[in-house]
Amino acid sequence: MKYMLLICHDETFEPPESMVKDVLAWVDEMDRRGVREGGGHLRPASDATTVRLQKGEVMLSDGPFAETKEQVAGYAVIACDNLDEAIEISSSHPILRYGGSVEVRPFWEA
Amino acid sequence: MGSVEADVDAAVAEVFLAEWGKIVATLIRVTGDWDLAEESAQDAFALALDRWRRDGIPRNPGAWLTITARNRAIDQLRRNTSGARKLREMALESRIDHESPEMAVLPEDYRLQLIFTCCHPALPLEARVALTLRTLTGLTTAEIARAFLVPESTMAKRLARAKQKIRNAAIPYRVPPAHLLPERTGAVLAVLYLLFNEGYAASSGADLLRENLCSEAIRLARTLSHLMPDEPEALGLLALMILHDARRNTRVNERGDLVPLEEQDRNRWDREAIAEGVRLLDEALARGRVGPYQLQAAIAACHATAHDASETDWDDIAGLYGLLARIAPSPVVELNRAVAIGMRDGPAAGLKLIEQLDDAGALTDYHLLAAARADLLRRLDRQAEAAALYREAIELARTDAERRFLERRIAETSGRTRSLPPARRNRSGSVAAS
Repeated sequence: MKYMLLICHDETFEPPESMVKDVLAWVDEMDRRGVREGGGHLRPASDATTVRLQKGEVMLSDGPFAETKEQVAGYAVIACDNLDEAIEISSSHPILRYGGSVEVRPFWEA
Repeated sequence: MGSVEADVDAAVAEVFLAEWGKIVATLIRVTGDWDLAEESAQDAFALALDRWRRDGIPRNPGAWLTITARNRAIDQLRRNTSGARKLREMALESRIDHESPEMAVLPEDYRLQLIFTCCHPALPLEARVALTLRTLTGLTTAEIARAFLVPESTMAKRLARAKQKIRNAAIPYRVPPAHLLPERTGAVLAVLYLLFNEGYAASSGADLLRENLCSEAIRLARTLSHLMPDEPEALGLLALMILHDARRNTRVNERGDLVPLEEQDRNRWDREAIAEGVRLLDEALARGRVGPYQLQAAIAACHATAHDASETDWDDIAGLYGLLARIAPSPVVELNRAVAIGMRDGPAAGLKLIEQLDDAGALTDYHLLAAARADLLRRLDRQAEAAALYREAIELARTDAERRFLERRIAETSGRTRSLPPARRNRSGSVAAS
């Protein structure tokens, strides 16, 4: 089985030093067990861009997906040069042609 | 001494208008830091006031300011460690002596990169507009806040958030590649036109800063059409703005009431501006790639060049709206086409088209649909129906000036003005809440 874990908290939450240490330990532990297939720390929803199709045209909106009925159905981690490329990759995802959307959320980078 | 200071002040003010955007654009390109770019540009202008009084105005003030701002940015970056690392990465360490004769070399113009980044569609529309004004025209945050009728702290947050997103989401600082260019150019033109309309909607006597948005929008469109000489729509938008702006002083009377086009004093239209607008439009049309802004400018030119309202070429205008409906279809365009056809073929023909539009459920809460329908009914002498629709339009109107104008129309249809109940104000009762 594969599972996607969505790590959630209040947007204003700032992880204390001690938690960062604990998370790194957790990551190490799961890597040691061989169960973790990737992950990362996302930037806040305010840095997100949502990509949709409207009458066949790519529509962007600032912020996270707004439709309350929409649920996360999958995920992909991509590495590319800039937001334009991320948008281009997102807009080729078939879910858009079925009325879904892709939220593009940058990772924190060291 | 006093006159030297006055000369320097005037020179700095002039260079500010011409160079602010260029300097900020260059510094963002060089440092990658939007806040630092703005601060350093500001410092350079402050320093100019001082130095130029002492040493005289340099031969190339723009280059002097750019190099000075760049040196300030380098000094700032040196002061913190991450900045020092950045400096090394960017190989930016050497200061340039701004007294040296090499100063005459003008840095490359990065304003096009800046405009496209400010107008990136992943930013919220209101932030695109604010950021364009702040970075390209140099209006202060306080001035932009007043122009958009929001508290300064709200505007400051809006700008900070936009810059943060550009940085964090890696919105590229560039002119988009060819496959994205048409769409992104459309986004830039839309921001400039929105800016113009914000200013145009401000009634005369209202905050001058709001009206000032029109001249800022025209200045930006002029810059854009220079930077994109192959884009006829940029020229078309510039022509459109100039043609509208030429009529600005006659749109509202001394009481602040709206004056419809057919009643405006055409002797007070700015003939020179109209001539320029028409010339720019011809230049754009000669490229042979017509677009929505060129068509709207052509319609504005039909109105602006008619010596008398009765001489208006409604056949041309109806045809142009027909073309516009084909390449940029929208219910508002259809409404305007219906009005033009009503002028060309008589009110019954126009009314038929508007009724179709109304039946289709488009624009049901748009006051100008009800008002246009009422106008046609009035011309058909169906006064009671017209009055009812004018009342509906009043309920939907967004500004007091529009409501007063529609109330006057009711008075003309019914002749029973004094017995009419006062029109209901909308929620806020304020002018143009958006």
